[in-house]
Order: sequence, then structure tokens, then C-alpha cells
Amino acid sequence: MTRALFLALCLLLTASPVLAVNPDEVLSDPALEARARGLSANLRCMVCQNQSIDDSNAELARDLRILVRERIVKGDTDEQVINYVVSRYGEFVLLKPRLSARTLVLWGAPAALFVIGLGVLIIFARRRPSVAGAVPLSDTEKAELDRLLNRDKTDES
Amino acid sequence: MIVEIGHYALVLALAVALINSVLPVIGARRNDAGMMELATTGAYALFVLVLLSFLSLVWAYEASDFSVKNVWENSHSAMPAIFRFSAVWGNHEGSMMLWLLILTFFSALVALFGRNLPESLKANALAVQSWMGVAFALFILLTSNPFIRLSPVPAEGEDLNPILQDVGLAIHPPLLYLGYVGFSVSFSFAIAALLDGRLDAAWARWVRPWTLAAWTFLTAGIAMGSYWAYYELGWGGWWFWDPVENASLMPWLAGTALLHSALVMEKREALKIWTVLLSIVTFSLSLLGTFLVRSGVLTSVHSFTTDPTRGVFILGILMLFIGGAFALFAWRAPLLKAGGLFAPISREGSLVLNNLILTVSMGSVLIGTLYPLVLETLTGEKISVGAPFFNLTFGLLMVPLLIAVPFGPLLAWKRGDLLGALQRLYVAAGLALVAGLVFFYAKNGGPVLAVLGLAAGFFLVFGALADLWYRAGFGKVSVSTGWKRLTGLPRSAFGTALGHAGLGITVLGIVAVTTFETENVVEMTQGQTVQAGGFAVKFDGMRATKGPNFTEEQGHFSISRDGVQVADTWSSKRLYTARRMPTTEAGIVTFGTSQLYISLGDPMSNGGIVVRIWWKPYVLLIWGGALVMMAGGFVSLSDRRLRVGAPARRAKPVKAYAAEAAE
Repeated sequence: MTRALFLALCLLLTASPVLAVNPDEVLSDPALEARARGLSANLRCMVCQNQSIDDSNAELARDLRILVRERIVKGDTDEQVINYVVSRYGEFVLLKPRLSARTLVLWGAPAALFVIGLGVLIIFARRRPSVAGAVPLSDTEKAELDRLLNRDKTDES
Repeated sequence: MIVEIGHYALVLALAVALINSVLPVIGARRNDAGMMELATTGAYALFVLVLLSFLSLVWAYEASDFSVKNVWENSHSAMPAIFRFSAVWGNHEGSMMLWLLILTFFSALVALFGRNLPESLKANALAVQSWMGVAFALFILLTSNPFIRLSPVPAEGEDLNPILQDVGLAIHPPLLYLGYVGFSVSFSFAIAALLDGRLDAAWARWVRPWTLAAWTFLTAGIAMGSYWAYYELGWGGWWFWDPVENASLMPWLAGTALLHSALVMEKREALKIWTVLLSIVTFSLSLLGTFLVRSGVLTSVHSFTTDPTRGVFILGILMLFIGGAFALFAWRAPLLKAGGLFAPISREGSLVLNNLILTVSMGSVLIGTLYPLVLETLTGEKISVGAPFFNLTFGLLMVPLLIAVPFGPLLAWKRGDLLGALQRLYVAAGLALVAGLVFFYAKNGGPVLAVLGLAAGFFLVFGALADLWYRAGFGKVSVSTGWKRLTGLPRSAFGTALGHAGLGITVLGIVAVTTFETENVVEMTQGQTVQAGGFAVKFDGMRATKGPNFTEEQGHFSISRDGVQVADTWSSKRLYTARRMPTTEAGIVTFGTSQLYISLGDPMSNGGIVVRIWWKPYVLLIWGGALVMMAGGFVSLSDRRLRVGAPARRAKPVKAYAAEAAE
């Protein structure tokens, strides 16, 4: 359930695929084409700067788009297509890196930062009242208080 | 000759900045009024000298003086005057000059408006501004000098990168830098307060307008850059999670957090140490952004103007300022006293939650942006962290924030009543949900979660209105009294409402366009018609034209609805002759807040052409929301309480107390 929710959120928040797909590349089956577009948005155009192959009109991006579609037509699952592309181009091709020992820090960062932040907050919140509220007056403060109180008295008299 | 005067003025500016870096600090230590007063004069002098230097560069560009290497590399005599002007900062050297100019501009403003600041705070803050002036003047003179001459003099310039030949370049960088560099003021105030060892609510009151101004400009700069990329790059995207975009988003997130924590500090004297830390972090992120963009360590869409050798120098500046600031913070912050108390459910508590989420999302963006770089340096492995990663992580972090925003202003300071706030918001929440559903069914399609996204957007807008509604007391008092109360509310209340509603409007735009956008990629021949977004788009044919420094292939499209023509547009592909570089100029037709976006692709062998047509419903809300947020910033800035500055009687007892404590 959470996984499905994650996935749905991810789909929702992913900017709609746009762009450089040419009419001659489009698959006739809309369901397969939709899968191809989804996969393309997650694959990096290797010769471009921070563009997915779906966004790029570079020659290499076109080759990759066609490759992805060929694999889909051959009956590969999404995972198999991704594995195939990664085996040819390396992890660099993935715009959303896979969870592994190397990317653990990356994927864990948002949650870890949130927990740390919350922890620090709670520690501070717990420490604060005792410091500000319940600390007895120091000797100098007591003396100061006495002095003030006595001065008031002398003023009155 | 004029260029040499500019060069000389910059060297003089360095000298003035050096003096201004040292003497006021000594003056503040010795309590020497004369030496402290020097900071004000120095700040004015510095600004005038840098302005002179900058104007001489502008003159060189406007006169197309190609004996200046920088002009030759980035300009062309055939460019229109406005682009020759904006070309000044369309390159590395010039943009660093703009950076320095805006830094000194803010120093001069602090000098001008800081008349009621304590002398030592003002002197120290201006000195810190001068330290940065020294660093960047040195950087320009030693590694990025725009005043170098060429011999023999070339007859024609090499032209500016065509993507930059747009009115966007005239507006986007100055706005962005006003934001980036504007945060230097809160940074300088933070360092000055740490040097002084004194920090109170008055400090927050002085710092908040500067933060607010910088934040407003940064909001404008980011929105402007986003719209520029949207219409110029020709594929209709408006945010790419490009490292350079992230570099501007991070200071914005931190700055937004700072804005809110400074509020707590001003009103309740709480979160002092945190606010100082955030001031340092925000500007550090601005410096980091400058480093990422200027050093070229990241390859990205924006890296038109890069030179890795300069990276080391900026990295030096970065480490000196950020490292120094954090060291000073670690040393002095424990001396600062913690302030007011509050319950977890209170206005303060909600602002702490805001800060937590904003800081965590800023940290996540930071880690995502730098991760590939660090991993490659450490292990040699290359990975990519792109839009899909950020959409997922950042999106998830934003959800609780969007829901929490309307609650904040409705909670009381110190100890709030969540149930009460809930009761007051259920109307807004119900309305938002209904509006989200109505919107969704009217559109009829797209993922179900879009309803929640739309509802979140509407919730922000209605929540902001509800805040004003309850403040005015409508429903409890008569309409005329309510109206009187509403108009009597401080402007900052309207600023808050506008800021939050603007965020809601942006969210609405993002969700709507992401969900309901349609795309057509078709081969079109003359006379052919395609349906998009309820419109019939007819391709009328191509024509070739010539601009001042480019040739252009233009396609004409007529747009009609129900058989009646409602609009027409040209969409074109340009080839800039000097650089042999092609660009696309999309044909964009606006209907209300929605747009039809038509972009030309490659010509086909049969005489047709590939045309991409997007229907982008409510896309303008994305930037419209940013405009509303900006309006909120300006309205809040015009609040009397901020303009007048802290009354002296409020600052004095604190000073006396500090003096006593020192004894």
C-alpha cells in the first residue's frame, strides 16, 4: 500500500514527459508507448547536460529511445529494460539512482535529516524549561534581590 | 581611456574595501566613534567606485569596443542595444562585476538606512560587507579581469550565446543577484552580533526587512528564470532540478526559514541562536551557489560560462567565509542567552515546524546536488541524481508543510489552541476539498492524487483568507466594524496572507499543469489541422526571414475554437550566424492562465515538419503565485513597524544590561 502510494505520488509529481520524441519513433500500442515514455524520463541523455532522453533531441538520445522501445516490444518488463540499459551504459544513465550501498546516504538523507532535526528539537525543548524555570537563584542574584528589596524599604521609610 | 578609468576605479575600490575592512572593527573595539563612522563613508565610496567601474564596462559594450577582450568575446555590433547592455553580465567576468556592484549597493543602503543602529553593530556589519568586497574585488582583478585589452583590435565580436540573447537575461541575473547578495546583509549582521556578543529582539527587527527584501528579489529571480527557461528552451519544462537551479533554490529555502525564525526572535526573543545560524547558512548557500555556477564543477544546462581554474579561488573564498563564520559561531554562540519559552502548540511551535521542514528539504536538495560530485571524487564512480529523485524526495517533504501553513498564523503566540485553529480552518479545508474535487471532475482525468494536490493548493489560498477573516472578526462583529478592523490590520498581516496564498497558487499551477497537460507530436504539412486543448491548430506554412544577427525559419499557425479563429502565432527556429548555433522560439498563445505551446522540430523528407503542441492548462499560475508571494514581500516591507526601525528606548536598557553583565 505505502509502495503504491509512493509510486502514485512519484508519478503525480514527475513533470509530464514532454518533448523530443519524434512521430516515427512512437509505438502503435498506447500502453507500451506510455511505458516507454515513463522509462525514458528516468534515463539520462549521456551526451547532454542534465537532460533525460525524453527531453533531448541529440542523436544518442534518439538511439536510446528506440532501444528502449525495441526491448519493450520484445516483451521485457520495465525492470529488465532498465537492467539492460544499465548493463550497457552504467549506473550514470539513471537519473534516479538505485538504492545500493553507495547511494544509501543519498536516499537516507531526507529521512535522517528529519529525524535528527526532530531529535535536536525534542532535546532542546526538554532541556529548556528546567533551565529557565526551575534553576534557583544564584548567590549574587539573591544579594542583588535583597539589595533592591531593602532599597525599596529604605525609600519608603 | 574610459575602460582604463573603470579598471583603475576597481583597484581603488579594493583599496577602500581593505581600509573599510579593518578600521571600523578596531573602532568598535576601542569605542572610537570617528573610526566607526568611517564605515559609513567607506561604504558610500566603495559603491560609487564599483559603480563607476561597472559603468565603464557598460560603456565598452554599448560602444562595441572590441579592443576589450571581454567585449570581443561576448558581444557583436549587430546585437540590439538592450542585448549589448545585458551582455555585460552574460559572461563570467561581467557577472562577477554585477555581484560586486550589488554587494556594495547593499552596503551603501545599510549605511544610509542604518542611522538608528547601534554604532558598533553598524560599523562591524559594514566591515564584514567590506571583507566580502575585498575577496570579490581581488577575485575579479586576479582571475577574471574584464578590462583586459586586445591587440590587434578585432573588427567584429564573437557574439553572445544565442540562448542569452533574450530580454530574460536583462532581468533574471540582476534579480537573482539582488536576492543572493541581499542575504549578505543578514550574514554581516549575524557576524557583527557575534563579534559584539550582543543579540536581542531589536537585532531581529533590523535584520528582518533586509531578509525580506532579499527573499522577495530571490523569489522574483527564480520565478523569472523558470519562465525564461520555459519559453526559451523550447520544450515547455519550467523546472529541471538542474544543479544551477538547485543552487538558487537552496538559499531560497533557507531564506524562507530565516524570515520565519527572525519573526519568532523579534516577537518573542526565542530561537536567537538558531536565527543567527540560519543567517550564516543562508548566505553560505548563496556563496556555494556562486561557486557551483562560476567554477563549472557541475556540468549542467547553465554552464555556458565556466572556467575550472577559477574554481580554486572561489573555493578559497567559500572556505574562508563559511569556515570562519561557523568557527566564530561555535566560539561565540554559547555566550548568547536563550530567550522566551513557548508550548509546542503555539505560533512559535508552528514556525519551528516550518523551519524544520524547510531546513530538511534544503539539506536534501544540497545532498542530492553534491552527491554525484562527492561520490565521483571519493570512488571515481559516476551516478546521476536528476529530476525523478528530487520530485520524489522534495515532494514528500513539502506535503506536510503545505498542510501546516494555514495553521501557523491562526495559532496564538506562546500557547496556541490547535483545536480552535482546526475549528476555524475546517471551513477553509472543506471549501478547498470541494474546490479540488470540482476542479478535478470538471477536467475529468489524471491521477486521483491530483485532487489532494489541488486541495492542498486551495487550502493554502482559503487558509490565508480565513486568517484575515478571523483577524478582522467577521461573523462576530458587524460587517462595517469587520471592514474597519480589516483595513486597520498591520500590512505585515496582509503580507503573510499574500505570501501563503501565493504559495498555494503556485502549487495549484504545478499540480494542474502536471496532471492535465496534453502533448501532440505530429508531422504536419501545410493546411493540416491538429486538435489540442479544445482548439484546432492549423499549420499555414513556413517562411524564411532575417533578424539583425540571425536567420529564421518561421511557421505560422492559426488557432480556432468551434470553427472561429481566435488567435494565430509564429513558431520559429533560428540560426545565429556568428556562432552557427540554432535555437527554437516557441509560439505561445495565452488563454486566461492557460497556454498553447507550439514548438517546431525537424523538417521531414516529404515537405512536412515535426510539430510539438502542448496544451498547458493553468500553467501561468506557477509564476502568478510567485508574483503574489513577491507582492506579499513588498506589502510586508512597507509595514510601518519595519520602516521606522526599533525605537531607541527599546535598545538602550538592553545595552545597559549587557554592560552591567560585562562588569
